[in-house]
Amino acid sequence: MIVAEVKPMAEIQDTIKNYSKVLISGCGSCVTVCLSGGAQQVEVLASSLRTAAKSQGQQLEVGEETQLRQCDPMFIEQIRDKAAGYEAILSMGCGAGVQTMAETLGNIPVYPALDTVFFGGADGQGGFVETCAACGQCILSRTGGICPVARCAKSLTDGPCGGAQAGNCEVSKDTRCVWQLIYVRLFRLGQLHLLKETTPPKARRVHPARLNRAE
Amino acid sequence: MGFREAVESGKFLITAEVGPGKGTDMHELLEDAEAIKDRIHAINVTDLQSSVMRLGSLAVSHILADKGIEPIYQLTCRDRNRLALQSDLLSAWVLGVKNVLALTGDHPVLGDHPEAMPVFDCDSVSLLQMMRTLNGGHDMAGNELNGVPDFFPGAVVNPGADAGAGLEMQLIKLEKKIEAGARFIQTQGVFELDSFEKFMKRVEGFNVPIMGGIIMLKSAGMAKFMNKNVAGISVPESQIQAMTDTDDKVKTSVEIASHLVKGMKDMCQGVHIMAIGWEKKIPMVLDEAGI
Repeated sequence: MIVAEVKPMAEIQDTIKNYSKVLISGCGSCVTVCLSGGAQQVEVLASSLRTAAKSQGQQLEVGEETQLRQCDPMFIEQIRDKAAGYEAILSMGCGAGVQTMAETLGNIPVYPALDTVFFGGADGQGGFVETCAACGQCILSRTGGICPVARCAKSLTDGPCGGAQAGNCEVSKDTRCVWQLIYVRLFRLGQLHLLKETTPPKARRVHPARLNRAE
Repeated sequence: MGFREAVESGKFLITAEVGPGKGTDMHELLEDAEAIKDRIHAINVTDLQSSVMRLGSLAVSHILADKGIEPIYQLTCRDRNRLALQSDLLSAWVLGVKNVLALTGDHPVLGDHPEAMPVFDCDSVSLLQMMRTLNGGHDMAGNELNGVPDFFPGAVVNPGADAGAGLEMQLIKLEKKIEAGARFIQTQGVFELDSFEKFMKRVEGFNVPIMGGIIMLKSAGMAKFMNKNVAGISVPESQIQAMTDTDDKVKTSVEIASHLVKGMKDMCQGVHIMAIGWEKKIPMVLDEAGI
């Protein structure tokens, strides 16, 4: 899923400082799961903004709504009338959600309340970890199902650099060297021979990518 | 005798290392290089070591070559994509730089511009393959070169990598590097001959000269810092104590380094001395080691 986190309050306040009627729009998909931009977070942010405005003697009306998927124009259409009653929208969707909303609504400014940080999964301890880089050329079949493109700080695909210490990445002592994890997994799978294969440098993907489903 | 000839003739190899500074002043670096040039086969020129922005390794390698001091151009994958790597390599060749040490490079976040984009389009293995391809008269895309280089590529290994998976993967990657064309190998700093001997047993039959890395200790504090922060470095307590107790740090440091050089003479095919500012003391190390 796409993982995002709420921007610092001061930055959000600065973004909407020239407006007196703002609609906060949440998304019911990824950002709901990672507890960043679902209905609950919309409520919390709306309440914080109202309280802050009040304490500063500012006039601010804050509306709230959450759609199932902000990255699909079909869902955005459903709030077109409601949105028309506001000067600006503060999206709590990921970067794709903000853009779909801005594109679909057209004449009303849409601002991000989140920073989209990575694609990943739950870490089993209430947090989330980056696990996929959407590189477009999956090599997980050769790395024991653990991605070095997303999980090695240098995205090395030919084995580790010489920087790991006590099995941890040179960039952060809190992060296991992903090649250490790959080694252990391949050992368990009886596939250590895969480490001997040399991986040619990837063909870098050209942005923006597109997936057509016209047929 | 040039470095390549020394490697090919099976001589015990001696290299040192200089690090270009932050700025354009090369006075001290050139003085250091001049002071040791007759005692070594070549000098590595580091490429923004520790990801700190500095004067470039290619320019300094070229200047050394012009002065008749043979450089080993360190080239990392940190800052250049495959276009820039290939182009810099061709530039190196026309500037008289023939030996190239292929490195992955430290992550930028460890340096003084931590916000910089880490490139790593290629890695140390594909950089070696790239040199082989250029030597063969083509670029990575298969286009023919008009004027062909003949690089002498080298690579590195960290014998002090974490025992178990860490070391096993270092060895697997070393084999890939050799397969990709590495003709000489320099190691991370070694401080214990016993463990280095075990490492050398593991690389028997790799058929590429291995040069043991020797870092000159300047103080006990430096040793402790490296033990804590530099991957694969483990300075034994006895050496830290010797550096603490001594009245003459240079003398003790030279003793420790020369003991390692002497020990390595029978274990591997050369030494790579990283003096980190103490380059002028390298002749003392070699004298004391009887080289």
